[in-house]
Amino acid sequence: MKNFSNTYIFTFSFVMVVVVALLLSTAAMKLKPFQDKNIEVEKKQNILASLRIKSTPENAVDLYARYITESYVLNNKGEKKEGIDAFTVEMKNEVGKPADERSLPVFVGTLDDSAHAYVVPLRGKGLWGPIWGYMSFQSDMNTVYGAVFDHQGETPGLGAEISTEWFQKPFSGKQIFEDSTRFVSIKVLKGGAPKDNIHAVDAISGGTITSKALEAMLDSCLVQYRAYFILNRH
Amino acid sequence: MNIFSSKNLKLLTGPLNLQNPVTVQILGICSALAVTVKLKPAIVMGISVTVVTAFSNLLISLIRNYIPPRIRIIVQLVVVATMVILVDQVLRAFVYDVSKQLSVYVGLIITNCIIMGRLEAYAMGNSPWPSFLDGLGNGAGYSMILIFVATIRELLGSGSILGYHIIPQSFYAAGYANNGMMIMPAMALVLVGVIIWVQRSFNKELIEKD
Repeated sequence: MKNFSNTYIFTFSFVMVVVVALLLSTAAMKLKPFQDKNIEVEKKQNILASLRIKSTPENAVDLYARYITESYVLNNKGEKKEGIDAFTVEMKNEVGKPADERSLPVFVGTLDDSAHAYVVPLRGKGLWGPIWGYMSFQSDMNTVYGAVFDHQGETPGLGAEISTEWFQKPFSGKQIFEDSTRFVSIKVLKGGAPKDNIHAVDAISGGTITSKALEAMLDSCLVQYRAYFILNRH
Repeated sequence: MNIFSSKNLKLLTGPLNLQNPVTVQILGICSALAVTVKLKPAIVMGISVTVVTAFSNLLISLIRNYIPPRIRIIVQLVVVATMVILVDQVLRAFVYDVSKQLSVYVGLIITNCIIMGRLEAYAMGNSPWPSFLDGLGNGAGYSMILIFVATIRELLGSGSILGYHIIPQSFYAAGYANNGMMIMPAMALVLVGVIIWVQRSFNKELIEKD
């Protein structure tokens, strides 16, 4: 094998690092607008999915404009905060703040039968990375209308199952209040939830930590809306 | 020179059996355990690793005479990581749903020992075309095992193949139950063990003397 001088080694690594850095940063910058657009469309698709409306990346923007008729931001006392666009609120930043400083977005969907459903965002920590989702409530502000969850890097086939329909569907019809005012959230039970339990769903076999994390996310995010839900139920 | 000479073809077919990266070289076991619960992620992972192994082999082989041996591992790692990240960025911009499928694998591809193993063992000392074939072959050998293990695990663990239910409902009514053990990572190891056992009993030359 050839012998290389130290100067050559240093030059080689320097050139390599510069080339790679240039390549990656150019790619990241040029592709960012496309990626941001995808993320926006995905968020709209998720909000729609929590209202049980199926959408494709192509029609999501139109459907969103049609079904989401109102959106606003609350504080945890249930009062509206002015001057913030609910769509631009990043839950990633909000969950780290003290409870009384958080901005809590609500998206109001008007469904085909002109009933209203209220979508709230969720965010928490999974096993490997963040998990998030949207949950919509009927106008009694208690019964779940639909739910959608997603994750960054949960184990495929195990924790990642939270983003599949079989896991999300049973949330519909569950209730987060017991005796109309006591907040109990929705439990994710290992070994399966009894059929008549309206406050619990089945956990994922082999995905116990993600299931538990999802349960904690529901509890910690939904409890912030408690005051608003109790004041505004119809 | 024939680009598909028998020597070159051997680079493609060798890794499928006698040179299999998983069952003979015992490389890439960690991802074989992690992504074989369901068939679909296993196929995606197999394709990704094949593409990355082939092209990183090609690239490293092209610049092999300029890489200083003392920092070669770092150079290989940089090349693999750059390629994987670039592909990931492009997918994220143009085929968003595929990139979401791949999310977790991106990290797993970079650290897959098969890729580094082939770069070290083959691409550093051979010309580009055979290196490319070697990458393809090893990727295929890896995918083959992954797909085999995933098929058995998904069928017995969840009763489905590629998400479609295969085991009829009447079986469940008659008392059949999905084997929860199959979902656990340990069963992948047991299955790989069984494959190695079967392979060795058919190929006596793989059995160590003594």
